[in-house]
Amino acid sequence: MLSIKNLHASIDGKEILRGINLEVKAGEIHAIMGPNGSGKSTLSSVLAGKEDYEITEGSVTFNGKDLLELSPEDRAREGVFLAFQYPVEIPGVSNINFLKTAINEIRAYKGQTPMEAKDFLAMVKEKQKLVELDGKLANRSVNEGFSGGEKKRNEIFQMAMLEPKLAILDETDSGLDIDALRIVAGGVNKLKSKDNATIVITHYQRLLDYIVPDVVHILYKGKIVKSGPKELALELEEKGYDFIKEEVGA
Amino acid sequence: MANEILAEQISGEYKYGFVTDIEADNAPKGLNEDIIRFISKKKNEPEWMLEYRLKAFKYWQTLEEPHWAHVSYTKPNFQDIIYYSAPKPKVQLNSLDEVDPELLKTFEKLGISIEEQKRLSGVESRIAVDIVMDSVSVKTTFKETLSEKGIIFCSFGEAVQEHPELVKKYMGSVVPYTDNFYAALNSAVFTDGSFCYIPKGVRCPMELSTYFRINASGTGQFERTLIIADEDAYVSYLEGCTAPMRDENQLHAAVVEIVTHKNAEVKYSTVQNWYPGDKNGKGGIFNFVTKRGICLEDNSKISWTQVETGSAVTWKYPSVILKGDNSVGEFYSVAVTNNYQQADTGTKMMHLGKNTRSTIISKGISAGFSNNSYRGLVRIAKGASNARNFSQCDSLLLGDKCGAHTFPYIEIKDKSAIVEHEATTSKIGEDQLFYCKSRGIDNEKAIGLIVNGYCKEVLNKLPMEFAVEAQKLLAVSLEGSVG
Repeated sequence: MLSIKNLHASIDGKEILRGINLEVKAGEIHAIMGPNGSGKSTLSSVLAGKEDYEITEGSVTFNGKDLLELSPEDRAREGVFLAFQYPVEIPGVSNINFLKTAINEIRAYKGQTPMEAKDFLAMVKEKQKLVELDGKLANRSVNEGFSGGEKKRNEIFQMAMLEPKLAILDETDSGLDIDALRIVAGGVNKLKSKDNATIVITHYQRLLDYIVPDVVHILYKGKIVKSGPKELALELEEKGYDFIKEEVGA
Repeated sequence: MANEILAEQISGEYKYGFVTDIEADNAPKGLNEDIIRFISKKKNEPEWMLEYRLKAFKYWQTLEEPHWAHVSYTKPNFQDIIYYSAPKPKVQLNSLDEVDPELLKTFEKLGISIEEQKRLSGVESRIAVDIVMDSVSVKTTFKETLSEKGIIFCSFGEAVQEHPELVKKYMGSVVPYTDNFYAALNSAVFTDGSFCYIPKGVRCPMELSTYFRINASGTGQFERTLIIADEDAYVSYLEGCTAPMRDENQLHAAVVEIVTHKNAEVKYSTVQNWYPGDKNGKGGIFNFVTKRGICLEDNSKISWTQVETGSAVTWKYPSVILKGDNSVGEFYSVAVTNNYQQADTGTKMMHLGKNTRSTIISKGISAGFSNNSYRGLVRIAKGASNARNFSQCDSLLLGDKCGAHTFPYIEIKDKSAIVEHEATTSKIGEDQLFYCKSRGIDNEKAIGLIVNGYCKEVLNKLPMEFAVEAQKLLAVSLEGSVG
């Protein structure tokens, strides 16, 4: 589904990603871990199409399409979803209206007619339950005045509504208490299918107790330096990132 | 990034820029006493009306065009304007069938229904419309239905003929011809407009609306609107306006006066969509308007809501004189400027009575190379005890070549007053746009969403039919304005 080859990206002339290689297949969950400044958030921003970054080398193919050639909105329409680490507030725009716009834009891209209001509301109801989102939040302005946990839960709610093929969760666990973490992770697990894939970006092993990855990658200084089964996360938790530094001889 | 797209910006297409090919009865160009007599005669006016015009004209000649607004433009040549233009034939219309089909088509294109529709299963709300094209009122709908309740809703010209006592009593009582340069000019040359009187104790059962259309080239539109709500009366009034796309600047200098008696309320909503000029700032309407209401007696209320997206230059301050005790004045405004548009708009709240309250919510949005100013005055007179004002002026910038300015004036002569002023300036965040895009929403739609959200407090004040139109208009006005 997703194939990243030798991806280099820099911002303001500073190289952050230095040759990422990653293959993600449908039905898989990949975890990307790494210390601060290793390039985790850059990777998610680059995949979503944030324009601040310059791609200097490499390629990203998504379901046969050159992802880097697509605008951010077209990537979303093709089925890429980024759950933001810091979701943005949009005052005065209700969550519902925001999502309806998004869904209908995606449908228009696929040549489909706008969703019937009745079907849309039924979908809202169903997906809200899935992520245990308070019905009132759906009617409030996008993320405005939401608590940290509510914002993250709202990201997963949006993900549930947009039904992406590839979801990238950028430190979705940061700032969550244990109950919120369980709910958010529960939502992700329920959305998992053999047709979609998830990339979970995180600092801590904790999230991976709830979302069990097929593969764990360790990102360090802009490169994936080690990949392994889910036990790798445990090893990392135990030994800290220093063992990686030693291993790669940094 | 933003700048790149700004540079190649295409302005949203102005939908109403067509011209109706219709024969018109024009006055010769220029302004002098003869022209004023010509207009007065065309309108078959009584002597007192002509005298009023001539007095105003004399006074106007002593004035100089004011220059204090934060706008710059080439001064109109007042001798190069046609002051009277009427679509022919000007006959008394008794039914829709007699309206020129070209005219009907025009208003169909503008999305205005002048058919008097029957109420459909109680859902469809009805709006009575007075349509003013260039200098004359073309048609007023639902007149008979309204008159059953004693409501007078007709063109200004008709009111002069049929209700001279009301016109004499109220015209100029809120905006005297000595008020300012453009009010004086309007008083001298005004041609038509709407007149509305709601009698004691009557709640007007439908929205009243006037639709202004400039069609003829080289003309100016000078209309007057006068709305009177007698004791315990209520009316919601809407005003809309459009004009064809032309290279020349056309002048629109209107006067609107509102009077509310005891316990009466008037809601006045405007969606102003005059042609704003092209993306290089060529052409467009100069919109220099004096709008003012007076809460003449106790417990009355006047509320202005405006959505300003059009005109090359806008210069207007819908104001309220809070004379009656416990009276309330409100001003809700969204002003959008794009390309080379300029707007200097705001309000004046004059607190004279006791326990008077006013609220000002102004949302300015600037894009392109435009300039958008809020100018407001809150004056609390001596003796206006316990007056209260809250003002909030927000500016939103799209891009970095536009300007937002706020000029709040506050004059307080009474110690018991409480006046609050809040102001913010913000830019549409790149991260807000990226957030929308990452959900599949493109730039244009995202800006539309964000701007509509930003204006929600004001848009919520508009009647339903207008709110939808206003939302669409905002999106269209800002098309291509940000990257």
